[in-house]
Amino acid sequence: MKLELRGITKSFGPLVANDHIDLVIEPGEIHALLGENGAGKSTLMNVLFGLYDADSGEILLDDEPRTFSGPRDALGAGIGMVHQHFMLVPVFTVAENVMLGHESTKPGGVGMLDLDAARQRVRELADRFGFELDPDAVVEDLPVGVQQRVEIVKALARDAQVLILDEPTAVLTPQETDELIGIMRQLKEAGTSIVFITHKLREVRAVADRITVIRRGAVVGSASPEASETDLASMMVGRAVSLSLGKAPAVPGETTVQVRGLTVLDANGSAVVDDVSFELARGEILTLAGVQGNGQTELCEALLGLERPAAGSILLEGNELVGLSPKQVLDAGVGFVPEDRSVDGLVGDFSVAENLVLDLVHTKEFSRAGALDLAAIRKNADHRIQEYDIRTQSATQAAGRLSGGNQQKVVLARELSRPLKLFIASQPTRGVDVGSIEFLHRRIVAERDGGTPVLIVSTELDEVVELADRIAVMYRGRLVGIVPSDTPRDVLGLMMAGVPHDEATAQAAEHPTEAGHE
Amino acid sequence: MSDEIVGADASPTSGMPEPERAKAAPEEDRGQRALREIVSGDIGVSVLAFVLALVIGGLLIAFTNPEVTAAAHYFFAKPMDTITAAWNAVWDAYAAMFRGAVYNGQADTFQKAIRPLTETMTVATPLIIAALGVAVGFRAGLFNIGAQGQIILGATVGGYIGFAYSLPAGIHLLLALLGGILGGAIWAGIAGVLKARTGAHEVIVTIMLNYVALYLLAYLLTTDKFTRAGSNQPTSPGVKETAQLPLLLGDWSRLHAGFIVAILASIFVWWLMTRSVLGFRFRAVGSNPHASRTSGIGIPTTIVLVMVVSGALAGLAGGVHILGTEHQLTGGIAGSLGFDAITVALLGRSRPLGIFFAGLLYGGLNVGGRVMEAATGTPIDIVLVIQALVVLFIAAPPLVRAIFRLPTPRAAVAKGAAA
Repeated sequence: MKLELRGITKSFGPLVANDHIDLVIEPGEIHALLGENGAGKSTLMNVLFGLYDADSGEILLDDEPRTFSGPRDALGAGIGMVHQHFMLVPVFTVAENVMLGHESTKPGGVGMLDLDAARQRVRELADRFGFELDPDAVVEDLPVGVQQRVEIVKALARDAQVLILDEPTAVLTPQETDELIGIMRQLKEAGTSIVFITHKLREVRAVADRITVIRRGAVVGSASPEASETDLASMMVGRAVSLSLGKAPAVPGETTVQVRGLTVLDANGSAVVDDVSFELARGEILTLAGVQGNGQTELCEALLGLERPAAGSILLEGNELVGLSPKQVLDAGVGFVPEDRSVDGLVGDFSVAENLVLDLVHTKEFSRAGALDLAAIRKNADHRIQEYDIRTQSATQAAGRLSGGNQQKVVLARELSRPLKLFIASQPTRGVDVGSIEFLHRRIVAERDGGTPVLIVSTELDEVVELADRIAVMYRGRLVGIVPSDTPRDVLGLMMAGVPHDEATAQAAEHPTEAGHE
Repeated sequence: MSDEIVGADASPTSGMPEPERAKAAPEEDRGQRALREIVSGDIGVSVLAFVLALVIGGLLIAFTNPEVTAAAHYFFAKPMDTITAAWNAVWDAYAAMFRGAVYNGQADTFQKAIRPLTETMTVATPLIIAALGVAVGFRAGLFNIGAQGQIILGATVGGYIGFAYSLPAGIHLLLALLGGILGGAIWAGIAGVLKARTGAHEVIVTIMLNYVALYLLAYLLTTDKFTRAGSNQPTSPGVKETAQLPLLLGDWSRLHAGFIVAILASIFVWWLMTRSVLGFRFRAVGSNPHASRTSGIGIPTTIVLVMVVSGALAGLAGGVHILGTEHQLTGGIAGSLGFDAITVALLGRSRPLGIFFAGLLYGGLNVGGRVMEAATGTPIDIVLVIQALVVLFIAAPPLVRAIFRLPTPRAAVAKGAAA
């Protein structure tokens, strides 16, 4: 089925999310929609899926204009969508989820659910596309990658001929990503068209037949998968971007941070951080790699004193940090960028200026005898806004109104604006536009070069490899190993799935993977 | 469902990827978000809510007026009779209210003419101070329903110092006021400590402490220390003159120095919330406790401090009330001050200046309502209805916006687009 979007325009108030977008998806093609967060990719797909009404423009299926008033229409026309958040009922089985919304009943007309037919359908589809899926498994027990397959099967079970995948790899390990890429190729061979929404350049080049780049709600061009990553990034951002940091090798000084046997228990008493030990020297960056939810969050919270570890010690220049309050830890010279800036990093209602002094307001620099020194706060804001190139209308603008990249710059500017003995940044560039990533990375490296031990937690392998002097890989609360920064990606990927370093090296040598190619 | 998806690209936070949003949503307390939306609404909604309440109050006056009812019997024969009667009833009632609350044009001397205004200011005084206390809580994300109990404690301690000790003028008054502040601060501090230590919800605890305060006072008024010698009436001795707030205008008006205290308290709260480190933390915790915690602000400590400051102001209101106008403790000393203070804080959008005028407005409604009842026979309950409607409309800004066709704020635009 050929799908064509012509002149799609959609605005929300003054914001034009889609501006006359034209897009043609040929039958059996994998078409990547590449763009930064907020470029309008998701809006476009929601228009296509019938969730939004376009202000103008039309949708054509096999050259026939169609209108969808809701997802049901779109599904009926053969368009399936796998959302970034899975739309599955966690307590239902795979088969039940697949039949949800178009339940078939047994003959006889009394409304008995025909689960067998659904099971059969799941097996059939799984066989056809060569992956494993147990129709009777309960969805909440399945790993994320498999849940995603359920979503895909759900769409295919309704005879989807165009499949929209919205940022499908955001939650996957590199290995799961490879499996997904395999499935996408199978689907393509069977004649299904795929719209692959992403901002990850590596994957686009691995799988796409054609690439359409969207920037600020408009199509800025198309590219072939042979285009270099730098070219694609430049198209996305609208200016030349250098993807490689080209940082100088680290010159590690004395080891000042020692974490020994750190263990954090969750509410049920099971260890979410399990006997973690590492050391960190002045002037080096240790990145903590791992798939989201493997204890990185809890480790960071323990380091800052937000979470009380059950065992272990954290020594900073010989002083024990365990047992201190977050304020004491911050005062001891720890800078902290939390993984979720909008929740933990910023007070959205507060102005940029106020956010820039959020954890410094009690210091002599910004207050006197309990009264805020508004002049100093304003001066600091002007200074930081310029230094970090924070794009804001003014220092008094509410921080919640800034773009993700600029919000992150505010947090980073605040945390780096005082002398540090340890800098911890969790997901420093998540949801940040490509242009800002480069800038933020340079600031972090500059902090390292100034002699600060730096701990970066990231689930983005690109970022891990880019920033690291050494890489620690975390899996289910444990450190799988600490490896040099030149460790191949497929080895890292295996380690992120819990395979120890030696074994991972051996396995990677036997079965080189797609994403592993440099 | 569609609302959330809409937000993905249209909201100002569109730079945030989906997984973060999903995490953020359930973590924010629904109640707190609603509270913040109410508190941060614009002043236009306050004014319009009041106008709307007056209109509906007017309808009620018209419908319950005997002359209107009589004229309505022959409505279809002479409709203008009903409409005229209704207009007259409403006009008379509101005119009487204005005469009673602001300026009496029928009076023969200037003093008598502006006496209603000074009375309004007198009644508004404790209301403003207590509302400031409630507002400090609101801005820090805490719903201090316990102003009533804190006022009772403030009045009890302040009053006791006022009638039980003999001290030089000035010092006596100062100590009595400080006693009131302390009483309220401790009472609210209990709720603060309970919330900080155990997570007990401040709404429940403060409501319950209201009852404890009420019955504690009732008990105290049966003891020898709190009653006049040889009397079995549940009223305390009068506050000594050295501890009374002096009258500002002379004997013809009850207006006392407490009004100046209210002005000073308003300025203090403005300074506290916008110019002090403590207020910065209060606001940060109220707006985003997660980020505050990550920034090293101790949430439990802040909760206790917020409650103490909030209660101190309510206690001061109680002290001012007894030392300025009541001059003796009775079981019903606080009246409905503590609850009216919540309304005033809402009407004033938790901003000191707004609260100052909202308090005057409320005082005026109470004072004017009495005159309205006496002059036109319109029940004073209408005033309660108007006050209740004001709260209702303020709590539902979208309703007021819809009625007056005001533009919707940014965030709502995207939602509307999906509908």
